[in-house]
Amino acid sequence: MSAPIKTPAAETLPRPAGLAGLASDWASDQRTFKNVSWGKAMMWIFLLSDTFVFGCFLLAYMAARMSTTVPWPNPSEVFALEIGGTHMPLILIAIMTFVLISSSGTMAMAVNCGYRRDRRKTAILMLVTALFGATFVGMQAFEWSKLISEGVRPWGNPWGAAQFGSSFFMITGFHGTHVTIGVIFLLIVARKVWRGDYDTERRGFFTSRKGRYEIVEITGLYWHFVDLVWVFIFAFFYLW
Amino acid sequence: MAHAEAHPAAHAEQQQHPIKLYLLVWGLLFVLSAFSYLVDYFGLQGYLRWSLILIFMMLKAGLIVAVFMHMAWERLALTYAILLPPLLVLVFVALMVSESNYVLFTRLAFFGTGP
Repeated sequence: MSAPIKTPAAETLPRPAGLAGLASDWASDQRTFKNVSWGKAMMWIFLLSDTFVFGCFLLAYMAARMSTTVPWPNPSEVFALEIGGTHMPLILIAIMTFVLISSSGTMAMAVNCGYRRDRRKTAILMLVTALFGATFVGMQAFEWSKLISEGVRPWGNPWGAAQFGSSFFMITGFHGTHVTIGVIFLLIVARKVWRGDYDTERRGFFTSRKGRYEIVEITGLYWHFVDLVWVFIFAFFYLW
Repeated sequence: MAHAEAHPAAHAEQQQHPIKLYLLVWGLLFVLSAFSYLVDYFGLQGYLRWSLILIFMMLKAGLIVAVFMHMAWERLALTYAILLPPLLVLVFVALMVSESNYVLFTRLAFFGTGP
């Protein structure tokens, strides 16, 4: 009785690159997203659906603005502020843009620190991100109350096409809601990072699953998406 | 691991990129936002205004998606699954442009210039 002969098993061929690789990843015998975890893939798919939601809002705004016979109010003037006696067109929106971009920057660095398992820095950077987000929402609340006090309503405003108000409240309202939810999301994850949940593999309250630092990146995806939507709103609603 | 860090694409289990790159993109986003604000500040009008707004918007969106959201280092299977479907919105845009022109035409034809 001699030892059984070991025959080498056939090695799997390397995956093709480029477009051929794309086609073969989507083939029926494959797990399409390979190294992408389900958490990240599902966040991306959610963001894709959210893209369509905001896409439809901006489209509705475009259709309203293109089809009205009344001149559209000039956003440059509507959102102008008097600061120290000087008239600054659109200044509040510009500051909000910079605040949101800064929050995206700190978020990107939080993801980096998270993967280096730097618990403290990750939590602090996420809290800074949340703070920027809260600042943004605060400025939006100021903007809303200013416009409402000037007589802007969903059904009319003093400067022109009635659809201006409804488009404004709908689009910025939904975006502000996303920012608010993002701030809450950030605070929850930052607390878990701070507590060391992802170092001790403490199980989640709802899911009973072990958390990983990848959740920082997934939170980041959502947060950057909120910034991304603002880029489009800024261009189409405020600047156009 | 040292090998993987030299090639971020080969090490896609974790999206680990130099902080320097993030700071660069952050700076670029600031500059591009400042440019889009200046378009309004200087009161550029017409096709110049619209094309500049769109260029700065697309550059900012591209930087955010590619670097901050790490799409540049993801597998093509995911990149195409996420980035191609939104392009279909452009079809919807074309439909609604045509529809809006028609609505405007009927409003002008039947309601005069009133609201």
